[in-house]
Amino acid sequence: MSGTVRLAAPAGSPEVRQAESGKGAIEIQGFDFWYGRNHVLHDITASVPPRAITAFIGPSGCGKSTLLRSINRMNDLVPDARHTGDIEVFGRSVYAPGTDLVELRRRVGMVFQRPNPFPKSIFDNVAYGPRINGLCPANELPARVEKALRQAALWEEVRDRLHQPGTSLSGGQQQRLCIARALANDPEILLLDEPCSALDPIATQRIEELLVELKEQYTIVIVTHNLQQAARIADYTAFLYLGTLIEFAPSHDLFTRPRDPRTEAYITGRFG
Amino acid sequence: MARYRRTRSVALGDRVFHAALWICAASIPLLLLAIVLELAVTAWPAITRFGWGFLVSTAWDPVTDTYGALPMIVGTAVSSLLALLIAVPLALGVAIFLTEFAPLWMREPIARLVELLAAIPSVVYGLWGIFVLIPLLREYAVPLLQRAFGWTPLFAGTFYGNSMLAAGIILAIMILPYISAVAREVLLAVPNDQREAALAMGATRWEAVWTAVLPYGKAGLMGAVVLGLGRALGETMAVTMVIGNRHEIGLSLLQPGYTMAAAIANEFAEAVTELHLAALFEIGLILFAITVAVNAAARLLVWRVARASAAGSRAL
Repeated sequence: MSGTVRLAAPAGSPEVRQAESGKGAIEIQGFDFWYGRNHVLHDITASVPPRAITAFIGPSGCGKSTLLRSINRMNDLVPDARHTGDIEVFGRSVYAPGTDLVELRRRVGMVFQRPNPFPKSIFDNVAYGPRINGLCPANELPARVEKALRQAALWEEVRDRLHQPGTSLSGGQQQRLCIARALANDPEILLLDEPCSALDPIATQRIEELLVELKEQYTIVIVTHNLQQAARIADYTAFLYLGTLIEFAPSHDLFTRPRDPRTEAYITGRFG
Repeated sequence: MARYRRTRSVALGDRVFHAALWICAASIPLLLLAIVLELAVTAWPAITRFGWGFLVSTAWDPVTDTYGALPMIVGTAVSSLLALLIAVPLALGVAIFLTEFAPLWMREPIARLVELLAAIPSVVYGLWGIFVLIPLLREYAVPLLQRAFGWTPLFAGTFYGNSMLAAGIILAIMILPYISAVAREVLLAVPNDQREAALAMGATRWEAVWTAVLPYGKAGLMGAVVLGLGRALGETMAVTMVIGNRHEIGLSLLQPGYTMAAAIANEFAEAVTELHLAALFEIGLILFAITVAVNAAARLLVWRVARASAAGSRAL
């Protein structure tokens, strides 16, 4: 595991620097992962481009969620988890000793499969990140909350009831609230773990439209079971099978001219 | 024919079972009513003699047959609150540690050990209080407390051993397992996605507990505390053994005091006059009423908080 923290050049945004260096926003390098003795990821190497949507697809248990959760180190919570190899986010190893987990997770936001708003008001849900991370003075919170809710296309629906509980919203609204909550942290990357699997088609469509808008500013990685979803919104798609990265290509290529027979079998519905 | 008879007997069994269940269910409120009636009837001479004055009088003199319950009411309240003050932070700390921070292998054994505290008989706590706790307090704790807080009325006066402080500490140890066991169940029931949501937002583990896990479990935690209070109010034996049993109200925690439960247990056998017995029964009635009121208040509180946190009101 490479243990160097590469400090980025001071000028320019991380994305700009990354684009100039020709490297991905997220560089996964020879990454292996184990839960106890269960070897779930095998030597994954991939480069996730900035300001685009990248989808991880594959049958259940292929390791796509594990890979996603390795990027912001949410797997640290799992006992007996270990890894080799490294993941870099904008040029900095996330597994280097001394990595500031709080700062990493502020910069790499995450949205989960089931909408999980806190049992607090809509406002307090969105203000959660700025508050715990001390991102802005209290008097700037309302503006920050509004901005995040607008970005998540939720503002018009909730502007008159910011003090109602976040849990009173519909499932789709709750998921957009969770996206707003992540955006309020001013992240650079947004990780989404099957964000639409608990939602109806209309709510799903709204989230998809939202993600396509958000990719102008953010690097988005989405794990999805839904191949159509990947084909619709993802610029790049990675196909994982049994913990191995089989194919990683622009979505159009992967879905129309898969190079690996296993990819072809999966996208044509022959297994999974 | 045989089949017909069997069906009939099943139907009969059904009816008998039905009736039996009704009797069981009805017996609880009836029993409750009977207890209240019995308490009230036996207490009646004292109730008519002293009226409301019984609640605010500090006189307790079997020789002249004048009785007042205020010292015992105050003693019960002070010892229980002192116990909560000590036990709640400890119990919540134990519950939080065991659900959020402790290494996995250590969680179950420690939880069982804490619950084992609840299995120790009350009288054993009393003995431990007399032979271990009070000497410890006398040798080490009280001199320190007096040096730091001796200027406040709370720790003024001479420490003879049996005291409100000793009773409060014993009670705290006795209610700790109840509070921590319920609190632990509550925290275990907080969905993991709440923790993940907080951590993924850049919360430290402590911040995740403080800002996501505890608020989510607020109602249940409050229930745990009130359960502890209920036990502390009614606890008798251990308290009787260490509180000093004096019908006095003192500001100082180092002074002896009395609780309602202790008074009943202590004096019941020696109550010779009808009025003395009636006074003790009236204390029992008051204790009963207070316990019911505390439980009702707790229900209301938990219900309101539960409604609020389920709906997640702005109050959170």
